[in-house]
Amino acid sequence: MSDQEDDIILSELDNEELVQQMFDDLYDGLKEEIEEGVNILLERGWQPYQVLTEALVGGMTIVGKDFRDGILFVPEVLLAANAMKGGMAILKPLLAETGAPRVGTMVIGTVKGDIHDIGKNLVSMMMEGAGFEVVDLGINNPVEKYLEALETEAPDILGMSALLTTTMPYMKVVIDTMIEQGKRDDYVVLVGGAPLNEEFGKAIGADAYCRDAAVAVETAKDFMARKHNKLAAG
Amino acid sequence: MTNAFSKMLAARDWILADGATGTNLFNMGLESGDAPEMWNDQHPDRIELLYKQAVDAGSDLFLTNSFGGNAARLKLHGAEKRARELSRISAEIGREVADRYDRPVVVAGSVGPTGEIMAPMGALTHELAVEIFHEQAEGLKEGGADVLWLETISAPEEYKAAAEAFKLADMPWCGTMSFDTAGRTMMGLTSADMATMVDKLGNPPLAYGANCGVGASDLLRTVLGFVAQGSERPIIAKGNAGIPKYHDGHIHYDGTPDLMAEYAILARDAGATIIGGCCGTMPEHLSKMREALETRPRGERPTLDQITGALGAFSSAADGTGDDTPEPRRNRRRRA
Repeated sequence: MSDQEDDIILSELDNEELVQQMFDDLYDGLKEEIEEGVNILLERGWQPYQVLTEALVGGMTIVGKDFRDGILFVPEVLLAANAMKGGMAILKPLLAETGAPRVGTMVIGTVKGDIHDIGKNLVSMMMEGAGFEVVDLGINNPVEKYLEALETEAPDILGMSALLTTTMPYMKVVIDTMIEQGKRDDYVVLVGGAPLNEEFGKAIGADAYCRDAAVAVETAKDFMARKHNKLAAG
Repeated sequence: MTNAFSKMLAARDWILADGATGTNLFNMGLESGDAPEMWNDQHPDRIELLYKQAVDAGSDLFLTNSFGGNAARLKLHGAEKRARELSRISAEIGREVADRYDRPVVVAGSVGPTGEIMAPMGALTHELAVEIFHEQAEGLKEGGADVLWLETISAPEEYKAAAEAFKLADMPWCGTMSFDTAGRTMMGLTSADMATMVDKLGNPPLAYGANCGVGASDLLRTVLGFVAQGSERPIIAKGNAGIPKYHDGHIHYDGTPDLMAEYAILARDAGATIIGGCCGTMPEHLSKMREALETRPRGERPTLDQITGALGAFSSAADGTGDDTPEPRRNRRRRA
């Protein structure tokens, strides 16, 4: 159907078609089209939270799956995240006004001694794409910096990244300090980075190792759902 | 144009490159997070030892300690103004070491990625990338490198920018990419894509190939992907010594010297001409690789099964070069 595609007029689509088209447009990283789609849905009386979850998060979930499965790669994911960001910029003030439920908050940073950040940035973007609030501490973070952010940001999740075999053991230093201070169980700890693996995540006491940004998002959502169930049951 | 490297290529059936730089330097006391390039200036004796160990173990060619010696990487250590100087010193030390041997030893000036994402997705423009690579290339040239050696690249745009920069520096070069994501580079390039791209460059490399990535098995699958494209250009294989494992607070690579010897033979038989190691490859690995290359006869091109049989499983089922690549879950709107 590639011939007629330039003729799509978003405002002429019904809600269901529009959301499907927005999934396609997120997949293609078309920022302006996403912004237009968000505005149309809002004009039609959709709640900001509904636009976020059904149109944007729904679309980014597909991007995440195809990234996980080696169909999309970093350049496409960056474009999709950028388009998502355009939509989020419109929704963010409205979400705050309407007191919409929060998906969750994550503090993330590359560990001390490590200055690599492409992977971490990708996780940040994908997490934002899934509706999470992300506080990015940047690179080369000592344990004090993580603990301070846990205090001030009160996140649900702590994410740590390392690209070097020589810096990945530092993740254990952070987790051990959290245990010492009796704070470990207050947070979900996710770790990731090229040289890591599941075995390593278990060995240092993280809740999960995340192979890539898409897996990080799925894992984070999973832990948030468990947390909500626990609260509801408790 | 002839140079020490092209002469060696013409004279030899295979060339043994070097192993790890980072792993060796950490063993000498480099702290993680510090820039290894600072040691060119602060501890030239250790850099000299690094080079010497590789050559003594049998390497015909070694890479200079300048992987992160470009302005974009050095900026993270507040040393962006020292890119040319630190690169030059890395090559000067290398020249001095190489010239001591009575057999030819090639000094290859290592050039790693900028670490930035290139426009339009990221902030780094083509012009700026060329400038960054050019500055480092001039430093390596001044220091006496025989050939420039681009490595661990993920983005085709960055590879092309380096090719342009090396032309400005009027230096011969080689360039490898890192295939670490389902058999492709992080940016999605397959081995076949790279072979095609290299052949179209205005200033093509003397040799091209793969380094780092996941394990030795994956790297050889990538080499077979290059070979399938049928180019005559020599192929480089610099794989990691297995996979990093965490053990009692330390990380070690699980590839033994004997396994790397198998890898070297399989790399040669697969069609690679320049064979070396990457992360985790120590002098003892290089010695075994040299011995194997010298003593074992050339064999048939290995199959994928023979590779996994000797070196272990691949990290992903496919590498993007076959017909079994999965379909996108959404329709595309405007992009081809």
